Amino acid sequence: MPAGQKPLAILVIDENQLRASVIEAGLREAGYDNLTIVHDVIGIARRIEEVQPDVIMINLENPNRDMLENMFQLSRAVKRPIAMFVDRSDSASIEAAVEAGVSAYVVDGLKRERVKPVLDMAISRFNAFSRMSRELDEARSELEKRKLVGRAKGILMSTRGLSEQQAYVLLRKTAMSQNRKISEIAESLITAAGLLAPPGEEE
Amino acid sequence: MAETHQITAGFMPLLDSAVLVTAKEMGFAEFEGIELTLVREMSWANIRDRLAVGHFQVAHMLAPMPIACNLGLTPLAVPTIVPMALGQGGNAVTVSNAVWAAMSAHGAEANFDPAMAGHALKKVVRERVSQRKPPLRFAVVHPFSSHNYELRYWLAACGIDPSCDIEIVIVPPPLMVDALASGTIDGYCVGEPWNTAAALLGHGHVATVKAAIWRSSPEKVLGAGALWAEENPEALSALLRALSNAAKWCGDANNHDDLARILAEKLYVAQPVGWMLPALRGQMPIGGERTVAVSDFFVPFAKGATFPWKSHALWFYSQMVRWGQVPHTAENAQIARETYRPGLYRAALKPLGIALPVANAKVEGALTAATPVGSSGASLVLGPDGFFDGGLFDPDKLDAYIASQKQ
Repeated sequence: MPAGQKPLAILVIDENQLRASVIEAGLREAGYDNLTIVHDVIGIARRIEEVQPDVIMINLENPNRDMLENMFQLSRAVKRPIAMFVDRSDSASIEAAVEAGVSAYVVDGLKRERVKPVLDMAISRFNAFSRMSRELDEARSELEKRKLVGRAKGILMSTRGLSEQQAYVLLRKTAMSQNRKISEIAESLITAAGLLAPPGEEE
Repeated sequence: MAETHQITAGFMPLLDSAVLVTAKEMGFAEFEGIELTLVREMSWANIRDRLAVGHFQVAHMLAPMPIACNLGLTPLAVPTIVPMALGQGGNAVTVSNAVWAAMSAHGAEANFDPAMAGHALKKVVRERVSQRKPPLRFAVVHPFSSHNYELRYWLAACGIDPSCDIEIVIVPPPLMVDALASGTIDGYCVGEPWNTAAALLGHGHVATVKAAIWRSSPEKVLGAGALWAEENPEALSALLRALSNAAKWCGDANNHDDLARILAEKLYVAQPVGWMLPALRGQMPIGGERTVAVSDFFVPFAKGATFPWKSHALWFYSQMVRWGQVPHTAENAQIARETYRPGLYRAALKPLGIALPVANAKVEGALTAATPVGSSGASLVLGPDGFFDGGLFDPDKLDAYIASQKQ
């Protein structure tokens, strides 16, 4: 942050507390200390009046963007925030923000070069957070898949008297011959076993 | 089969996304050689932004929204055209149980009659002033929405000044019922299923319906990026044909159960089937255990419901002027007029042989009953149309209409 300028006041609205803290950490590291983080929009008008933010960031999953934009249109009490770079000359930035899932409003008259690093930071943190969530989801589904295969092996072992190894080989062979994933075969087998189970016996 | 057109459309999880959803789910898009991807969104702002950056080529939009975009009233907007409407009607005004009780005491009845309900509400508003109570707070979904203009028109015509006698705030549709139940707001104008939901959950009463405030009025439209539409006329025409066939399917009472089931799915509105059926059947729960029959509550296809009338665009524009959103100039009126493109609609749908109005605009309120009108293709019946207070909107007399409007 260049010396001699009043530090930017930044308001981040994000109901996802984990992501909000990831963004907050990034902005603080970059030297932006005048930060306000809110997790819901109750009483947001008053907060905006108190904080007088230069930049307001909100994630795209938040359904309250329409309410916020309307408030900016009507607000007399606060310096009027406008949507990011209204003249669209920086369409790459806008696109990157939308891709990342964040939208920003900046106070009218604020120089773009002052806002851009803030936005770039938010975009990179949003993307990092998405990657992290995706990896978590993948890890979770990997675990789920393993559980499915385990259950399918159990069914084969008890219904056809196979060893665990034999049961696994049979699943893998079936998957290869049908050109499907082993977890899908496992799932079909579990479903079928459930349908074929005698009444009263829950799989 | 010709080349495949790849089209991505944004939509909001509302009952009136039915035509877009059906185009995909029932194969109408595929039949026209379109690979249609539907993306559910959380806000109209997202839809606008993603159309602007090219994620979406077209979108389910509030009918006045593309006009606001073209008038430069919204951030980040790109030139957007309306080659087709996505149905008529579908909204209602719901009030809290407490407000309904007060309205009933002043003569409101469970009949959705706008004049009756409005006059009762006016008495409630006055009573609150004399009791030093704060003004009632109503919510709409967006400042550039039919909801906002319908609500204001209805209130103003009943002697309530929407700019001072009540407060109007913006709330996203899925949060409306909770806001009403918690007392954050006293009423709202929203699309389905959020009126039915409040009535069935016992949190509110439906006071009146869009289909009665402005009969045969548009609600959602297909907004298309002007540049994309210009560069891909074949894709756009194919899409309009798919949507027209989908709208016809949605309008067939035999399909309402299937349609309600599709819309209820997790990918789409993700709400109970029982919340979808009332609007489709025109049997609206009013609150308590009662339902009221509303003819034409939601019309996806009949009566030219998908035709983008320029008189609709101009009426929305007249309301933007009325409520101080935009100054009236000849240029602005022209921008509004040119946003809706009946020519594209006719050109695309001619091969289907469906009823096509020959006019681009009509006097809104001229048809007091269902009336056969000049058409090409199949014969066409329109109306009744127009406003509950007997107001006429002649698009050729726009200046006079704007001048006569009470603020």
